[in-house]
Amino acid sequence: MSNIPAQLKYTRSHEWLEQRADGTVRVGITDHAQDLLGDMVYVELPEDGRVVKAGEECAVVESVKAASDVYAPISGTITAINPALAGAPEIVNSDPYGDGWLFCIQPANPAEIAQLLDATAYEAAAQDH
Amino acid sequence: MTADTLIYQKSHHGRRATAQAPAAVVACDIPAQFLRSPPPLMPEASEMQVVRHYTRLSQKNFSIDTHFYPLGSCTMKYNPRACNSLAMQTGFLDRHPLAPEATGQGFLACMYELQQILKTVTGMKGVSLTPMAGAQGEFAGVAMIRAYHDARGDQARREILVPDAAHGTNPATAVMCGFSVREIPTDAHGDVDLAALKEAVGPQTAGIMLTNPSTIGVFERNITEIAAIVHQAGGLLYYDGANLNAILGKVRPGDMGFDVIHLNLHKTFSTPHGGGGPGAGPVGVSERLLPFLPIPVVDRNSDGRYRWLTEQDCPQTIGRLSTFAGNAGILLRAYIYARLLGREGMQRVAEFATLNANYLMARLREAGFEPAFPKRRATHEFIITLKKQARELNVTAMDFAKRLLDYGYHAPTTYFPLLVPECFLIEPTESEDKDTLDGFVAALVAIQREAEADSARVKGAPYTLPVRRLDDVRAARELDLIWKHDNA
Repeated sequence: MSNIPAQLKYTRSHEWLEQRADGTVRVGITDHAQDLLGDMVYVELPEDGRVVKAGEECAVVESVKAASDVYAPISGTITAINPALAGAPEIVNSDPYGDGWLFCIQPANPAEIAQLLDATAYEAAAQDH
Repeated sequence: MTADTLIYQKSHHGRRATAQAPAAVVACDIPAQFLRSPPPLMPEASEMQVVRHYTRLSQKNFSIDTHFYPLGSCTMKYNPRACNSLAMQTGFLDRHPLAPEATGQGFLACMYELQQILKTVTGMKGVSLTPMAGAQGEFAGVAMIRAYHDARGDQARREILVPDAAHGTNPATAVMCGFSVREIPTDAHGDVDLAALKEAVGPQTAGIMLTNPSTIGVFERNITEIAAIVHQAGGLLYYDGANLNAILGKVRPGDMGFDVIHLNLHKTFSTPHGGGGPGAGPVGVSERLLPFLPIPVVDRNSDGRYRWLTEQDCPQTIGRLSTFAGNAGILLRAYIYARLLGREGMQRVAEFATLNANYLMARLREAGFEPAFPKRRATHEFIITLKKQARELNVTAMDFAKRLLDYGYHAPTTYFPLLVPECFLIEPTESEDKDTLDGFVAALVAIQREAEADSARVKGAPYTLPVRRLDDVRAARELDLIWKHDNA
């Protein structure tokens, strides 16, 4: 099985979420997801300041195989997007949990975070897909 | 094979080819100030060079005329030569699209009869032949759904439901027509998740777009229930005809409750396709969408004369989709194909298309390949998943696909639909004989052995084609399609 860091939260649609010291959360796609999609050729990110609802499409990752929507794991406001991905989408493949992050959200309702999957639950959910 | 030069690179100043040379003086009434000077940059090559250049290029094609082409959801079947030769008669070829109806009664009669045939075979109440491809047919279909709701003052209906096993173009079409899209999941056996559908419908629902059989190669068993749920919510049902081959002459979308349908004549009705057309994507509608059909449509007067219906006859039409009336040559080929087959012939198409798919699936299963939906009977196509090979041997579906080319088979559709990992979507069509299907199984078995013994051999494929494994990633990231003439 692919790399699934224990300290992160996850969604069934293969996003990860990391809680940061400033109260925002950072979001990306999992190692498993980037492996399934293959080499990234383009990443489309939301506008800074956009208000998103949990489960709303807010980014697109496009590989040689497919273009795939990325969903906001929780509701809130986009506070940052990863500027490096415009010129180098392949960072999502090489470092999905680090430099390959997609965007940050200021949570509208931090309680939503607790409802996401932990690493064990995500590993079970991702078994087949 | 040798690397190719462009015809321009073969050019030598002053060299001529009589057969391909433009006529010296062509009388025309274009005013002098609009005529170009200097003349366009044309390659200057000998007649023999031209013949060899294009013959060599044509030999590089992987095509249905040269290879088994089991490209799932694309219905790459034999294009009968009779359809070509009959459609190329001078009476058809030399007909001007603006010629008066009185001089085109034969052509109009063919188009009228094709409309009637497609109505009969789909169970719809009206057909327009004008969309010039499947994508334009889809656009016309969803535009009619929008026109229908707008005509009723029901502007709140702005959401189209799309099951995740629907054809990939469906959500794109809905967005093009100004709708938002909500995806409906598929259950473990490949049917639409009815509970999720019930939850999703409401006063915002404009309609649902379904492909049946779906892109996972199974017939949607709950179709009448789906129709009832969507109709009760006030939405309409759109049928994507991509997979009509499986049910041709057997089951009719109109009887399943669909309100609008597009047909890919270049798939089911066997007109040439691949490489971008020309295609034909006629639309069929139920009673309530009849006023919105795109024009022109051919009508038959009580005196037996045929004529085009226009805006005057159809004030609520969504309008014209092309300058004239669709791809006439393709429509003619489909008409001739339908007339050659007849009612019984069409049923045999569906029977042999499904028989071939089920035979191939059974043989591959025996050979150790894993069907994605083992409990379901295949329709005209089916999916195998190579996830075990990817996990255990590090040989992916793409590696198998590339190696198949060396064995002389076009690869099936790979990595689609997205909900099955490492998948092959295989559609043999009714055109193929048992020997060809057995040969394809033998090739896959041989590649499996190679993958087990020496995975690098498979991962390095193809070896025998004009080009080796292409760098798709670089091609996508650094797309460069421009060639500049030395003298430009």
